[in-house]
Amino acid sequence: MTAPTAPTAPADLLYSEAEEELRTAVRALLAARCDARTVLARAETGRPHDPALWHTLAAEIGTAGLLVPEKLGGQGAGHREAAVVLEELGRAVAPVPYLTSAVLATEILLGCDTAEAAALLSELASGSTVCTPAVPLTLAPGAPLPAPVRDSGGGTLTGTVDAVADAVAAGVLLVPADTGLYAVRAEDATVTPLVGLDLTRPLATVALEAAPGIRLADPAAARAAVAGALLSAAGLLASEQVGLAEWCLTETVAHSKGRYQFNRPVGSFQALKHRMARLWLDVASARAAARAAADALATGAPDAPLTVAVAQAYCSGVAVRAAEECVQLHGGIGMTWEHPAHLYLKRAKADSLALGTAGHHRGLVADFAELPAP
Amino acid sequence: MTTGATPTTPEALRARTRDLLTAHPPARTDRTAFLRARFDAGLAWVHYPPGLGGLGAPRTLQAVVDAELEAAGAPDNDPRRIGIGLGMAAPTILAYGTEEQKQRFLRPLWLGEEVWCQLFSEPGAGSDLAALATRAVLDQDAGDWIVDGQKVWTSSAHNARWGILVARTDPALPKHQGITYFLCDMHAPGVEVRPLRQITGEAEFNEVFLTGVRIPDTHRLGAVGEGWAVARTTLMNERVSIGGMRIPREGGMIAPVAAAWRERPELRTHALHQRLLELWVEAEVARLTGERLRQQLAAGQPGPEGSGMKLTFARLNQEISGLEVELLGAEGLLYEDWTMRRPELVDFTGRDAGYRYLRAKGNSIEGGTSEILLNIVAERVLGLPPEPRDDKDTAWKDLSR
Repeated sequence: MTAPTAPTAPADLLYSEAEEELRTAVRALLAARCDARTVLARAETGRPHDPALWHTLAAEIGTAGLLVPEKLGGQGAGHREAAVVLEELGRAVAPVPYLTSAVLATEILLGCDTAEAAALLSELASGSTVCTPAVPLTLAPGAPLPAPVRDSGGGTLTGTVDAVADAVAAGVLLVPADTGLYAVRAEDATVTPLVGLDLTRPLATVALEAAPGIRLADPAAARAAVAGALLSAAGLLASEQVGLAEWCLTETVAHSKGRYQFNRPVGSFQALKHRMARLWLDVASARAAARAAADALATGAPDAPLTVAVAQAYCSGVAVRAAEECVQLHGGIGMTWEHPAHLYLKRAKADSLALGTAGHHRGLVADFAELPAP
Repeated sequence: MTTGATPTTPEALRARTRDLLTAHPPARTDRTAFLRARFDAGLAWVHYPPGLGGLGAPRTLQAVVDAELEAAGAPDNDPRRIGIGLGMAAPTILAYGTEEQKQRFLRPLWLGEEVWCQLFSEPGAGSDLAALATRAVLDQDAGDWIVDGQKVWTSSAHNARWGILVARTDPALPKHQGITYFLCDMHAPGVEVRPLRQITGEAEFNEVFLTGVRIPDTHRLGAVGEGWAVARTTLMNERVSIGGMRIPREGGMIAPVAAAWRERPELRTHALHQRLLELWVEAEVARLTGERLRQQLAAGQPGPEGSGMKLTFARLNQEISGLEVELLGAEGLLYEDWTMRRPELVDFTGRDAGYRYLRAKGNSIEGGTSEILLNIVAERVLGLPPEPRDDKDTAWKDLSR
């Protein structure tokens, strides 16, 4: 639990056997219940989330509580395991509120030292409640916390937050306000779905008008809790990006072997082979960066903020490039609605804005590595 | 030295190394004498057979020996200077050599008494090594091979006592089949080494002209016509040796750029800042990728990432050194010295940015061009179909050159 401050051994960048078992379970579930056709069909209904899938993933496999200590009803695992889950969710562009509820909201609540927060954590860990922080998905670690919501007295909250991810699936919203952090029941807020670039992680505007909230933390504690959660989520998002990029590469390679033009598989043309080989290198490198971030978060390494910033600065670009190459190297089929490549491109591009752009994270690297701007 | 059962545990190797250090205290022992004793104790390369500098122990245990020796301040055999012998000639001789060849060559090679060079590339055979045209014809009466041809990019040829050489012994066969592998005496009549001046102004490499050079049949390595298989062993060992080092965060080429950025604020611009940060991140990710590869190897799960590390480091070295020249402003217009010199080592540290920039251009060419390595990744790692080719079944003499 406590962070070792002594100089540490090199990060463990491999996967443990337990992590591989977890991966197998999640992948099998997603293969059975979350294929691309299903994801697209749900997205077209305007209700992308699949509550039954979430229940199985969160409660039956127990992934929602990986970051939650056992005494609060969680699995008492850690960031390395959550990262493996996110790799698989990225590979499937799964429309489940894992990053928002099981990572962001969970980490915020872990940073709040109150009985109410503990009770809510248990509900999150069991998967019975979905919770999302009422902050824009673009909010980055190291950025000032916006406070558009004001306490109009006695814990009734008023204000509007845009681009809140997964709010349409949430039962509880975690609302940072001027007087601290509050838990607000979703039915006490007005959640208006937005048309998002990413069809699989829906956005909404959350409007509060004298909504009753339960105070979980004072302003200073709230800032610290949200900052810590943003750091964790940004670090783990890198693993989602790795999984996404890997799917794009695998599909592109498979397509290139089977698609014939000029009496040859297109994958035998050097111009295309080299693009895929470069992509493979990028994905292998992104995996090392994402594993380093997950391990640094899990061990509380003193250089975790730098390692996370490096992973985000790198993995965002790899995921976008992989998805863009996937579209291009599939040729015309890559531009169609029926082929799932577009779901991955949209998620990859949205992910590159989520929790800070690569440019924002490079700015953090500049601070941590003492390479100041002019 | 102690004899008896072959020690293959870390404890046994540590004890054996300490015995060596006790019998030959580094502070009071001549360097060559110490190295010779180390070889004879089987602690030169522990995975080699007994009698040939090893103990038949697992290769990974060499690290145990090296750590003990380093801690005791023992002299080393200058592995960077004799890298071609250690990294390429030795494993090939071990795999294909006769008992006489192993006994004759491995000990002086390891001691650094005999430097080796690699006579592979030719002006017409670089990436397409099997297209080589250097001829070796057997003189039936004398039992010698007579070699004629030209080799190029030969590091260390001017210091070398021996060269590993591939030559064509049957032009009527397809190009991979008519090749034979030899151990060439660099002091033999007809071997002429000429410095090849490079882009940096230095002559780190050589051209080697072979004119009527006689090589006794006892210096043939492997069977006649089997040279391609032998050469593949050499080349695989070459690749193994690249990218295996552990480097600290901000080690390597990024270090001098980062230092200049910190120490000289007057050089900073916003555009350079963005590029510096991108490259700093990429260098850190490359470091982590190398570390992950090392951990996979240590866990007995070798990944294919090694094929890619050279590609990454070549690109990064070039981009980072290019940025460094630009960062230095007017100073970047200067170059340290155009005098032709013959360095024994490629040493990026301690050299100016301009040198690093120019020398790094070779990183994507030497030891396999980046284009060839991308093909290898695409075909062997991703399983993409090979390029169609029509040279495999054609007699070498009928190929266009």
